[in-house]
Amino acid sequence: MEFNENFILGCSAIGAGLALIAGIGPGVGQGIAAGYGASAVGRNPGAKGDIMSTMLLGQAVAETTGLYGLLVAMLLLFVKPLLP
Amino acid sequence: MGQGILLAGGNVDFMIHGVFSYELFGQTLWITTSHVCIFIVVLVLLAFFIAAGAIFRKADEIPGGMQNAIEIIVEFLDGIANGAMGKSAKGFRNYVGVLFIFILFSNISGLLGLRPPTADYGVTLPLGVLTFSLVHINEFRYNTVWSIWKDKCSPLPPWLPIWLPINLIGDFAVPISLSLRLFANVLSGTVMMALVYGLLSKIAYAWPAALHVYFDLFSGAIQTYVFCMLTMTYIASAIGDEEDPVLIRWIKKRKAAKTEKAGENA
Repeated sequence: MEFNENFILGCSAIGAGLALIAGIGPGVGQGIAAGYGASAVGRNPGAKGDIMSTMLLGQAVAETTGLYGLLVAMLLLFVKPLLP
Repeated sequence: MGQGILLAGGNVDFMIHGVFSYELFGQTLWITTSHVCIFIVVLVLLAFFIAAGAIFRKADEIPGGMQNAIEIIVEFLDGIANGAMGKSAKGFRNYVGVLFIFILFSNISGLLGLRPPTADYGVTLPLGVLTFSLVHINEFRYNTVWSIWKDKCSPLPPWLPIWLPINLIGDFAVPISLSLRLFANVLSGTVMMALVYGLLSKIAYAWPAALHVYFDLFSGAIQTYVFCMLTMTYIASAIGDEEDPVLIRWIKKRKAAKTEKAGENA
């Protein structure tokens, strides 16, 4: 079956948009981490530095899945692997 | 067609461009803008390091001016290495410090109009592979082969290596996820800034500075910190609780046995 180039580009754009749904998960995860970090600082303000670094590390690891979605979207939009 | 998809403003540009090409063993290779940017970053760092060395050649007891600033930087870098690695920090302080400064300067070079070198997967993947090789070299330096085998089969007993492939995949995912995390973060900032400047060029005056603070400074610093922290955490967990490398432990054991024997004879 033959497809028009414009059709493939449009579908790639839709796919790129759908790939960014992956951003929901890291958003929720990072928010939970930040919330627990804030409550931990509230309970023990002396340990603020340790809590901050642990929280940032966990958030950065949680962010990875969202970034994979972003990369898929970037590949679809700019590298255009689906074009013949 | 084909290019028109995002060129609504006509001047959105965040891609890597070739500067000139050359032939090597029948392959056409390109010197790209990434090479130029990384060269500029390395030159700036070299100038900084040479200046710092010259200052410390005639260092004072009571630091002042530049010496003070450099001491603060070095103390900060040593502090994060000591905090993350504890007893084994001694051998890795220099590597992690240089890594930190290099990635930080690369990330914030977007402020100066360069395309950040870390927004090129060819720069971040070697950094990830360096971490990977450091982790496994130190694993074999500090642990016996039998204990590594036991660790790789870990949830199941060592005579039943069903879990081995899963643990190996987990090991090989480390450099890929490390490098992709840094790459995608910096690339997303670069793309955002290119979109703002390209599509909103009529009204993009002064206020993109706030975006630069977030995408270049904040995000770049956080990702630098995370990359270095993860590198140190992986290396420290590969070393484990051992005090000395395997070879030195073996030599010490031999020596202790010999002295014990000599004591028995006497």
